Amino acid sequence: MNFRTFLKNNIVLLDGAMGTELQNAGLPLGMLPEEWNISRPEVVEGIHRAYFEAGANVVYANTFGANCLKFGDRTEEIVAAGLKCALRARGEKSGKFVALDVGPTGKLLKPLGDLDFEDAVKIFGRTISAGVAAGADLIAVETMNDLYELKAAVLAAKECGGGLPVIATGVFGSDCKMMTGAEPEAAVALLEGLGVDALGVNCSLGPKEMGLVAGRMLRCASIPVVVKPNAGLPEERDGRTVYNVGAREFAQEMQKILSLGARVIGGCCGTTPAYIAELSRMATGLEPQKITDKNLTVISSYTHAVYFGGAPVLIGERINPTGKKRLKQALKEGDYAYILGEAVSQTEKGAHVLDVNVGLPEIDEPAVLERTVCEIQTVTDLPLQIDTSNVAAMERAMRRYNGKPLVNSVNGKREVMEEVFPLVKKYGGAVIALTLDEDGIPGTAEGRIAIAKNILREAEKYGISKKDIIFDTLAMAVSADKGAADAAIGALHYIRHSMGVNTSLGVSNISFGLPCRDLINGTFFSMALANGLSAAIINPNSAEMIKTYKSFCALSGFDDGCLDYIDFAKTVQSGIIAAQSQSAQKTEGEKTLKYCVEKGLKREAEEAAAVLLKSLSPMEVINGQIIPALDEVGREFENKTLYLPQLLMSAEAASGAFEVIKGAFSGDGNSKKVKIVIATVKGDIHDIGKNIVKTLLENYGFKVYDLGRDVPARAIVDKAKEVGAEIVGLSALMTTTVASMRDTIALLKEEYPSARTLVGGAVLNREYAQMIGAAKYAKDAMESVRYCEEVERELYGEDK
Amino acid sequence: MITLLNGSVERLDIRETLRYLGYAGVRSAEGMDDVMSECEKMLLPALAPRAVYDTFPLKCGENDELDLGFAKVHSHSLSVNLKDSTRIVLFAATVGAEVDRLILKYSKLSPARALVLQAMGAAAVEQWCDEVNAAIRAKYGVTRPRFSCGYGDLPLALQRDIFSALSVTKHIGVTLTEGDLMMPSKSVTAIVGIQSR
Repeated sequence: MNFRTFLKNNIVLLDGAMGTELQNAGLPLGMLPEEWNISRPEVVEGIHRAYFEAGANVVYANTFGANCLKFGDRTEEIVAAGLKCALRARGEKSGKFVALDVGPTGKLLKPLGDLDFEDAVKIFGRTISAGVAAGADLIAVETMNDLYELKAAVLAAKECGGGLPVIATGVFGSDCKMMTGAEPEAAVALLEGLGVDALGVNCSLGPKEMGLVAGRMLRCASIPVVVKPNAGLPEERDGRTVYNVGAREFAQEMQKILSLGARVIGGCCGTTPAYIAELSRMATGLEPQKITDKNLTVISSYTHAVYFGGAPVLIGERINPTGKKRLKQALKEGDYAYILGEAVSQTEKGAHVLDVNVGLPEIDEPAVLERTVCEIQTVTDLPLQIDTSNVAAMERAMRRYNGKPLVNSVNGKREVMEEVFPLVKKYGGAVIALTLDEDGIPGTAEGRIAIAKNILREAEKYGISKKDIIFDTLAMAVSADKGAADAAIGALHYIRHSMGVNTSLGVSNISFGLPCRDLINGTFFSMALANGLSAAIINPNSAEMIKTYKSFCALSGFDDGCLDYIDFAKTVQSGIIAAQSQSAQKTEGEKTLKYCVEKGLKREAEEAAAVLLKSLSPMEVINGQIIPALDEVGREFENKTLYLPQLLMSAEAASGAFEVIKGAFSGDGNSKKVKIVIATVKGDIHDIGKNIVKTLLENYGFKVYDLGRDVPARAIVDKAKEVGAEIVGLSALMTTTVASMRDTIALLKEEYPSARTLVGGAVLNREYAQMIGAAKYAKDAMESVRYCEEVERELYGEDK
Repeated sequence: MITLLNGSVERLDIRETLRYLGYAGVRSAEGMDDVMSECEKMLLPALAPRAVYDTFPLKCGENDELDLGFAKVHSHSLSVNLKDSTRIVLFAATVGAEVDRLILKYSKLSPARALVLQAMGAAAVEQWCDEVNAAIRAKYGVTRPRFSCGYGDLPLALQRDIFSALSVTKHIGVTLTEGDLMMPSKSVTAIVGIQSR
């Protein structure tokens, strides 16, 4: 019998701890436990044997840390030896299985750490390939603190695991969250999407505390749930470490968890064969609980899940360049600050999901979409809707996305289904399906319903069930076809209520070509909501839409006590009052742009800039107001009468004003000619100082290419050559990374000697900078600005 | 034996934050009060203080050679710090990864807030270390001031040994980068000399 069949019909008993058992057997401190697979195999085998004899159905081979970061080229040998120990202990017994144990890499993934996602996939892939070759029956990914690393490991198991079953568990704290913020529902959405065989939780908590996390997983999981707690917490008794939950008590708590519906149980740190024997006694004769499909349409971010089918889901539409000049410009220039600003403002306005579309003919869409998705995930924890018709871009973005994405879109065209469905199956997404096909968009509801049925049939062939499909029945311009609203709404009503599938609409298309579009949009939105719309792609800044949404939720029982509506109503009123008091303030007209920048008042600076632009040219505003204010603040900073946070507040106010100027006029807003490449050098991840310098330089009108942190010399030199940078700014905070700074300068001198190197950072001083060959050491951000201005004068003169 | 601690930080030491921000001898940052309280509101719920510690025997040899029980190291400054100590407590403490996520977010949106959050995160982990220290003192009696890798001539590379001696990653989720820096960044490892039993 293989593991999948066994899992289907039985309660599965896993083993207990390996690490603490090896320590009890005398594993020396600091030695990697996997070493004993080779040097003391009889001990490892003995522990496995004891667990099998205690009643475990599955033992985890001693390969938890067997990855190439720790073992390099010995990885395969260590993994094979580990599996050999476990396989010997099992012998030929049936109903007994050996899992390749895959633990965390021991590094944190970017952007929080320094390990690249794809490198993590490769590291896991190497261990997994070795485990498959060595005869594992299944792959057990466990003890992951970070949902993103969990995704990398499971992806590797799919790609290198030879089709073996995969069970995956993460570590949750007593707050029911993973270290990097994921809630149980988010982990379930991601892991089910990726198609694991069982999922759950292990380590860190005792069985009692783990019940909470397990319960939340069991409520939303449609596959078997794994629960593998510690034997409580370690305590000192008579000079020995003991865990504070005994075997008997452990089994009693686990019985409760089984009654909640868990199907796979075992023990983590501190548990021994005695614990597993108690579990086995307790579980013997118990009927496994049936696993039911919860039939949930769900997507997730790295923190939480969003469900479709309850209160309607609002999808923010603003990150889409169609018809948006400023966004097009931002995408072409790689100006992510602007895009991230849109993401944050939609989040604050109450969107539940953000659509991300970067489709422009002149950009490398796969690279830009991947980067944009990663960047947006650093500023918002909302799930994203990956919106593209470029399949390569879709795949890269889905792969990198931290969570279970929503994909926009597939449709009834055979070719499109053949491209998109395999991606949805592999990376685990939900997908928006447009009710159109090779013959176009049917004019009637019936035509669209027929396409929807066909799409469901095709999806089924790929193993994608209807819960992962959301139909968009296509709002077309009612100005061109008076039946447009009818067709869309008729189809969506039938699909939602008769077919039981969720629906979505790009609402605002309906009013195309009409004046006062918001009015039509609002009414159409409420018609659609009343007919069963599960999600709407809208502009969260539109008061009309939010008003309709809040009212609908209150009227439809999605808003207990109408509390959310009442909160919202307050903002509507205070909005009127705010507008009055604002206009009162403006009549005073006292706050000049220069004053606002000096005081770091960002919103006021933006308003003042907008007013000034009515009478002055952009350059007059910049040179007459913004730069003098920055100079004044800079002087105060240099004289130590004002501190860094205030300097930055002024810089932000100035950036806000620049953004207004950029929005009103074309051009890149750079008043200087000197171009600067800036980076924190290889090995160093401190970037706050570098970011400060960058902000100020941009304020002063320089074009700055920021390569980020931990940047290899080669990348810096290549970028400097590519853009023809006159100055290369390097930052390092640690003595150990000044060496990479020296290497970078050396490489620059060899390949691009015309570049001036500007260095800074806590460990540097003038002498040190000279020693490593830098052209200039700046003690702070203002000195960096002054130096760049000097170079500007030297190379291009005063006149601009 | 390995001991695990969970804690909470209810309020931040604003003076300490100001010190990290470069303010010298002032009680509050003029013009920054709103931003400071906004950042504090975001930061406090993001903190998830955890720590792990264990005791080790200490042998002080000739010429600043130290046997710390989990590793041997040559360090003059640590030798001075551990003078008269009979054994050591080694600890690792963190306030978690969500602080880094906040800092990362604001490094893209608002450099001033990023700077303030950075300083507050540093103050928070120091405050948490003080609590861990207090717990160690309560258990083991008189202790020396905590001493971390990178202080004086104590090499950063000792982090590797500390991480394996305490299984830091397994117990509190902190990892090391290639350059031996800790991630989540608001984390501290330290050696505390115990002078009496």
